[in-house]
Formats: sequence, C-alpha cells, structure tokens
Amino acid sequence: MSFTQKHLLGIEGLAQSAILEILDKAEKYAELNLKTNKRVDILAGLTQINMFFENSTRTQASFELAGKRLGADVMNMQLQGSSIKKGETLVDTALTLNAMRPDLLVVRHPHSGAVDLLSQKVNCSVVNAGDGQHEHPTQALLDALTIRRTKGRLHRLNIAICGDIAHSRVARSNMFLLGKMENRIRLIGPPTLMPSKISEFGVEVYYDMIEGLKDVDVVMMLRIQRERMDGGFIPSEREYFQLYGLDFKKLSHAKEDAIVMHPGPMNRGVEIDGDIADDITRSVIQEQVEMGVAVRMAIMELLSRNQNNKYKKLLT
Amino acid sequence: MSLLLKNALLVEPDLNKVAEGNIVIRNGLIDRKDFRADNEIDCKGKFVAPGIIDLGVKVSEPGESHKESFESAGKAAAAGGVTTIITRPDTKAAIDTPEAYDFVKKKGNDDCIVNVFHIAALTKERKGREICEIGMLKDAGAIAFSDCDNVIQDNKIFSRALKYASTFDALIIGHPQEKSLSQGAVSTSGKFATLMGLPSVSPIAERIGLERDLALVEMTNAKYHFDQITTISSIEVLKRAKKSGLDISAGTSIHHLSFNELDIADYKTFFKLKPPLRSENDRLETIEAVRDGTIDIISSMHTPQDEESKRLPFEEAASGAIGLETILPAMLRLYHSNHLKMDQIFNAISLKPAKRLGLACGSLKHKKIADLIIFDADKPFILNRELLHSKVKNTPFDGHKLQGQVLRTFVKGKEVFSL
Repeated sequence: MSFTQKHLLGIEGLAQSAILEILDKAEKYAELNLKTNKRVDILAGLTQINMFFENSTRTQASFELAGKRLGADVMNMQLQGSSIKKGETLVDTALTLNAMRPDLLVVRHPHSGAVDLLSQKVNCSVVNAGDGQHEHPTQALLDALTIRRTKGRLHRLNIAICGDIAHSRVARSNMFLLGKMENRIRLIGPPTLMPSKISEFGVEVYYDMIEGLKDVDVVMMLRIQRERMDGGFIPSEREYFQLYGLDFKKLSHAKEDAIVMHPGPMNRGVEIDGDIADDITRSVIQEQVEMGVAVRMAIMELLSRNQNNKYKKLLT
Repeated sequence: MSLLLKNALLVEPDLNKVAEGNIVIRNGLIDRKDFRADNEIDCKGKFVAPGIIDLGVKVSEPGESHKESFESAGKAAAAGGVTTIITRPDTKAAIDTPEAYDFVKKKGNDDCIVNVFHIAALTKERKGREICEIGMLKDAGAIAFSDCDNVIQDNKIFSRALKYASTFDALIIGHPQEKSLSQGAVSTSGKFATLMGLPSVSPIAERIGLERDLALVEMTNAKYHFDQITTISSIEVLKRAKKSGLDISAGTSIHHLSFNELDIADYKTFFKLKPPLRSENDRLETIEAVRDGTIDIISSMHTPQDEESKRLPFEEAASGAIGLETILPAMLRLYHSNHLKMDQIFNAISLKPAKRLGLACGSLKHKKIADLIIFDADKPFILNRELLHSKVKNTPFDGHKLQGQVLRTFVKGKEVFSL
C-alpha cells in the first residue's frame, strides 16, 4: 500500500511507488473493461459528485463512467457561471455540497489551487480533474498507463511534450510524473508558450521541433487554444502548424516506433495532422481515452479504501 | 503632568545611536534637560524610541468600515507602536474631493487615538483621467497625493499632474509598475510560479514603472516617493537615480522584507500582495537597500481584507495584508538577525517618514512632540491573529514566532496603549 492519500490533488506530491500502485490497479480495470459485464460493486452505496466549473465533455464522461462501473451513485454538476454569477463563492458551494454527504468529489476549476482550497473545506475525498494551469493528475496517470502498455516500460524513455506548455496543466502533471519515473523529458514549443524558468525542472527545452523530436520514443501533443493564435502568443494558425504542428515529415525524426499521444480534444490541422491522429500504427489517442476510464476507476477504489482505513483506525 | 522614563535604551535615529539614559515627557513634549517629574517608570533593559510613522495605511473608511474603521485602526496602531498613520485614498469612494477629505479628516480626529494624516487621490476616482483639485486638497490638509496601485498609464496626464502638483510643492506617491505586464498576474515569474501554475509577472515590470516615473519626475521637477521597491533590478536603477539630484524617495513594505515567493505555497491567500512577494535574493537585497539608505521608508502597507475576499482561489482573492500591529516585531526580526541596527530601523520607520512628510516627530530630541514608545525587544510570543485589534485579521504572521512587544505608546505625551 503506497498510495495512502485522502485526496488526489496532483502528481507532485506522489511517490514513485504510489504511482505504480495506481497503474497496477488500473491495469486490472483495463482488463475488466473489455468484458461484457463491466460492473463491480466496490463503491456501491457511495455518492460521487462531479463538479465542473469549466467546460468538459470527455473528462466528465470518463469520471462518470468510472464511478458508475464501480457501482457509485454519480451526480454531475455543471457549475460554469451559474452559481458563481449569483455571488456564491467556491467555498460556499463546497460547504453546501459537503452537507449532502458525498463520498467523492471530482472537481475541475479554471483557477490554479482552487481544488486544493476546496479539499480543505470538505470531509470527503477530492479528485482534481484539472485546476487552472496547475495540475491534471488523472490525465498524466492515464498517459503513463498508455505508455507502459505500448512501450512495455515507463522508464528510460525519451519523451517529447509539444505545444502550449505555459498554459497546460497536462504538461505540468506529465512532466512531474514522467520525471519521477526517470525518463528524459523534452519540451518543444515557441518561447512565448514556455513558462519561466522551465529549464530548472530537469527538462530539456527545444524551440525547434525537428531537433527536439530526434530519436524520441513518445510524442505528446498538447491542445492549443485557438485564442492564443490571434497574434498574442503566435502570429497565426498556419505559421503554428508549419513550425509546431505534427506531420509525418517532422515525426520521421522520432524513433521509428515512436507513439503519438494527444489529451484531446484535437485541433486537426493545427497542432496535429489528421492523418497521424488516425494512423493506428502510430497514434494511441483512442487507447488513452480507454485507459482514462481504467485509471479513474483505480483512483476511486484506492481513495475509498484509504477513507475506510482511516475510519477503521479511528474505531480501533 | 510629567513622567520620567529612566534607565531606558534611547533610540536616536537622528544621531544614529542607542544609549542608556533618562527622558521626561512634560506637557506633551520631550524634555531632555530637566529630569524632575511627577511620576517615573523604570525602563531598565527596555527601549524607548520615537513612535512609528506608518506611510500608506488603508483605513477602509468610508465605504468598507466593516473591514477597518478609524477607531479600530487607531487601537491597532497604538498597540503596534505606531503613533502616526498616513492613510491611503484608495477607499470606496476615493478621497478625491475636498468634501471627501473633510469627512476622513473629521473621522480621523474624532475616532482615532493616534495622529492621522491623509493622502488624497491624484486623479478623480483614481482613474488617471482628470487631475484632482490639488490646491484645495492641500489647503484642507492633504499630506501627499497618490492614486495608490492604480498606475496612471497615460504619460501626458501623468506628467501634467506631476507638473501641476509641483507648483504646490506637493508630494506625489507612485506605485512603480508597468501595468501592461502586471495585469492579471498574482505572483512573481520564476520556477515557483511555474510550479504553482499561477499567472506571473516579471520583476522587470517594477523596473520599467520606476524608470518611466523617474523620467517624468526629471521632466517635471516633481517631489516624488515610490511606495514599494522590492526587486534587485529596480534597486540598481534607484541607486543611480538618487545620485542625480532629483527630489525622490523610496519605500518598501515590511512584508517584502519578511517573506519571499515561496510563502504563497499551498496557495495561501494571506500572502497575496501587490506587488507579489519576490525571490529570496530580492528580499535580501531590499534589506540591504534599507541598510545603505537607498530605500528610505518602510511601511506596513496595512490593507484590511475580510474573510470573504480572501477565502477564494488564489487568482480570485483580494491582495493585501494588515500590518499595523506586526510592523515592529517583524522589523525586530531583522534586528535580531543582525540585518539592521536599531537606529537604522527607526530611521526607516520613524525619522525618515517624518522628514519626508514634514512632520515634527520621529525624534527623541529636546522639545520635540512626545510621540514615543517603550518596547521590550526580546520578549518572545506566538502571534494569534484573533488577538489583533484590527476588525479583520488577514495577517501573514498568524502562528509565527516573533520577538519584541510594545509595552506603552504615547501620543503627544498621552498614554494611548499599555500592555
């Protein structure tokens, strides 16, 4: 038992062994998800609330499915704008929901640290489904599982993360996780989309994609928000695609068996050539989605176990 | 009535020394010649120093008196050894007309147990568009003019305001910051901000603001004070500028001397300040700048914020911290750590602000007004924010171990606080 936390707020605070425990557990759920009967009742009777203060279809669906397959009662709350506009603060919303006695809160919020804040105010377990530009731990875990399954290992790989690093919580969580697993990480993108002092995180920074992709095992593409390409960060969409969009020509500099990943949703023809995304010999994008459900099931099971252990300790 | 404080360690910033001696408070003035008195206090081992003059205090009145009023701010000041508070005009509504000024003046006189002077806004509603009635406000008593952290971006308007103010010899207080860079930022850019995923601003934004203001001061001959200098690169610029003979002075906040960017870890909003906390190197260099006199004045930048505005995600939370009651023990940390000498501390928190503002206090000289404090520099305590006198308790020092406590505070010879 290495993953003993009450919450999953980020990768930064996780030990290597805890990450491995989650991945091993997720592996079992990946098997289960292939069967006709995908249901286990580990979380039967428990209530899971998905609080999304920011738009999401895929992540929310993935969490919902994970909870339902484990037998939990799942409720979705779309909170973007609604109660916030009425002047209710995040903490008030959290306290209100807490009074309804949920067992698990899955939270996405547009501001960094908001999920940490919320976790301090409630009694149940909290899973960070993405906070601002800070972390998106389940994405990094599902990426790790996908890499391990396709590459056969999760260490000593050359991994390139490409695109809008500065605004990406996916990049941060992946950087932490893959670093903890002792991989070589390269960040590739225009300097305007690199966060300050990023090179101090033990990564290599490349502004040239061809140079950066040389001999990598894994190419992780990031989604770029269209509003960043109106001249504020980069001059235009077409220039971005030409310099940093992944096409077969650029990919040819990576290792022959390099895999291509993307957290979705993709902007075809902006950060990634549609043909690469659909090439089943290179792209593992669909598998990422599949592993997402498995990883989230694993995390929920472990968090409910950790909660139970705590109660047992209190009783004895 | 007269009171003898005997065997005290007298802190004399104007003589750059601390020496044991006696001092008498007589008829509201300091008497250093005649030691006969009705009463006496033995101050053996305790310091007697001129009271603190805190430049740039926000007393959320008018508009937000649930956060702080002149009454509560006065009590907090007295308990913290602050004998004069200089209030900021960034209230709701701003102090930008003689009528608004008269309101705070009356409130201050009626409700506050320490001396109060007020800064008036430089432009109407602090919006940087129309110049305030500087002449009338100065007649009403405004001690300085400032738009606080609303940096006037239009150089034409700003230079006219400076020029206009210079005809009244009015002191202008500016916030050196290039807004186009700092907009939306809540932390200082660097490894830590990247780790936290927080919008950040380069320290260069402060330097650009400083250099712009300096150029306009040179052009207009204004009398100018920079409210908070907090980074290495702006200290270098300031050092050079001070040699050029401009009528400028600079301040910094006690919080930037006490904390660094790492203190916002776990997104603690009580450490959200404007400008944001800097790197440890910046902090140390700022202390050094106080030591060598490049930075003249240290203030608490007392900014009351209620729980509702702080209990939010870091980016949404209000900035600012209260400081009236913690400025002295926080300064004494720098004394105990041998960063600053006692007379250097009181130069920065008492004598220099008095001189810059033209106030007849900040000194223990004979016949000066008896605004002074007795304090024990060693007494250890753990700060409990609930015991502070301010209405709201947003102090970053909560739970901190501090050393040094005010024992008595006198304003114009009258005791306004005793422990």
